[in-house]
Amino acid sequence: MAFSPSSRKSALLVAAALVALPLGACHKSGPAVSGNSVTVGVLQSLTGTMAISEITVKNAELLAIEEINAKGGVMGKEIAPVVEDGASDPSTFAQKAAKLVESDHAATVFGGWTSASRKAMLPVFERTHNLLWYPVQFEGNECSPAIMYSGAQPNQQALPAFDWAVKQGFKTFYLVGSDYVYPRTANLILKKHIEQGGLKVLGEDYVPLGGTDFSGIIAKIQQAKPAIVINTLNGDSNVAFFKQLQAAGLSTKVLPVMSFSIGEQEAKAMGAALVEGSYASWNYFQSLSSPDNAAFVAAYRKKYGADAAITDPMIHGYLDVYAWKAAVEKAGSFDPQAVRKAAAALGAFDTPMGKVSFATNQSLVQKAYIGKLKADGQFEIISSSPAEIQPEPYDPLAFPGKTCKL
Amino acid sequence: MSGILVATQLFNGLSLASIYLLAALGLALSFGLMRVINMAHGELLMLGGYFAWGTLGLVPGPLGILVALPVAFLGSAAVGAVIETTLIRRLSARPLDTLLGTWGVSLILQQAARDLFGAIGVEVRAPDWLSGAWTLGGVTLPSARLFIMLVALAVLGALALLLRRSRLGLLVRAVNQDRMMASACGIDAGRVDLAVFCLGSGIAGMAGVMLALLGPVTPNVGQGYIVPAFLVVVMGGLGSILGTTVAALILGLFLALSQIFVDVSIAQMLMLVFVIVFIQFRPQGVAPARTRALDA
Repeated sequence: MAFSPSSRKSALLVAAALVALPLGACHKSGPAVSGNSVTVGVLQSLTGTMAISEITVKNAELLAIEEINAKGGVMGKEIAPVVEDGASDPSTFAQKAAKLVESDHAATVFGGWTSASRKAMLPVFERTHNLLWYPVQFEGNECSPAIMYSGAQPNQQALPAFDWAVKQGFKTFYLVGSDYVYPRTANLILKKHIEQGGLKVLGEDYVPLGGTDFSGIIAKIQQAKPAIVINTLNGDSNVAFFKQLQAAGLSTKVLPVMSFSIGEQEAKAMGAALVEGSYASWNYFQSLSSPDNAAFVAAYRKKYGADAAITDPMIHGYLDVYAWKAAVEKAGSFDPQAVRKAAAALGAFDTPMGKVSFATNQSLVQKAYIGKLKADGQFEIISSSPAEIQPEPYDPLAFPGKTCKL
Repeated sequence: MSGILVATQLFNGLSLASIYLLAALGLALSFGLMRVINMAHGELLMLGGYFAWGTLGLVPGPLGILVALPVAFLGSAAVGAVIETTLIRRLSARPLDTLLGTWGVSLILQQAARDLFGAIGVEVRAPDWLSGAWTLGGVTLPSARLFIMLVALAVLGALALLLRRSRLGLLVRAVNQDRMMASACGIDAGRVDLAVFCLGSGIAGMAGVMLALLGPVTPNVGQGYIVPAFLVVVMGGLGSILGTTVAALILGLFLALSQIFVDVSIAQMLMLVFVIVFIQFRPQGVAPARTRALDA
């Protein structure tokens, strides 16, 4: 078979790309501190299915950068953010993370949402000895010096929700989730705790991400008659789940549902009437009353719209930037290794969600709240943990013997 | 495993089958007649959801959803007409080109919906008369699902009547059986193509309204239905309305009944395996349409 001109050209292109690849990886990667500015990366999904949640986290991160720059920057240098789109695709996240660190020479990167995106970026940050600030609640069971985990560990969201349910007298549970690493791991931990408490799991079901048919699951829930449903569905599936629950006569008044991925923004998108009365567990609710929170909500709405909803991951993204600034100043250096050590030694600092600090395992020490959704899309806070909760990356019941020492 | 659960899942299987049927009928029509694999079919479903949202905004109240059905039918049919005349007609000499072309249309429609209405999606609420549920011997029958079954039956009946009894149906059957011979007899095959593509698009729009009762209305909602719709069409025997109906029933019941034993993820995997095995033993599908177009 003879090469046609076009296929010869593409063969040349492929060859050129193969030669160029290792060259690209040879760049020395050090923080870009040039003159009076320092580059940082902001990497969230701006397109695709996760864009609904992640664009606002990017907004919050940029707001923090803007505020810091307005007050003189970090160690006298202005922060220059490079915003990249992870496109709701884990491999794109890995590729853009490498680009931010290796060709933009970002001093650090703020970003990620799904556990799949975090797992994809982790090797990049470990290989380049850089640092990622991750703003979303997750399943734990991971412990890397290359990531600052500011979102809740399971013992700061899932377990407080479980403890609350037990206190309310709920004795039987039904677990429904999207089929990926976070719901499966969170439910594994929950099941261990439910069994240890002498309570019962009546069923556990998973739907592919984005799935919209819940008829079978609802039939099984009607059979099992659980006292409460623990919902770890992500994204649009929630709309279908609540619509079909309601159609089957199981409104939130009849069957309590505790959700781990529905915040103010998601409730607004779904139509608050649909999910009114359901419960959520987060480390922050927009309805928290504190001067810091009021100031943040006002600043965010001034920049991004008067009816913008504020959610937990946005606050985590926002406080991550401030924590990085404080850590750089404490370390007196932009070097990621010095910064991560300084961050763990910062002590408590004020944020819109109250006083928090980073533990030596690089996760955030924070409170947990239970909220009940009202018709206006805001949560009424009905329970809060008595004090800040120390983060536990490895649940002692689900992963006995594993510890996180950094 | 209790009798009530089995009975409920039988009902849910029929409900799923009616959803699959509505989603697949338009696809079966355009494939059967024109050999066009319309990758933008899911987006015509998505448009139906947005038409429902728009109509409910203009006509609030209990009967808005009934107004939304014809609005979505006409709206999606109009979009279908534009796609057919501007793109498919010009590419139809080579079927793979229409596949790529309609895929491009699918991306454009998704992004257009995202830019116009936002990535978040819009809220469509079922009217009160569709939010309740009936109970029959311990089995819960949600009104919304019963309504969707009725609509699916009505659409199927109207389509069968149209194809069997009307002049358009006669022309469609003639072109379907032998396009060249029909053209030689003076039938304008291009106009028949356009009519069928519009009809298929319109049915997709109505399906979108029905889906909005049970699921989200977002720019990418169509993507979730395109794969089951293709499975139904392939299994049914390409282009046959009877085959499409039977295949929708088989797949709906298979998915619902398998969920008695396994969760949804596994059930969907089993469904794929089932279709692959079925096609191995009966490559022509449940009830293939007889046409010269497939002889080539």
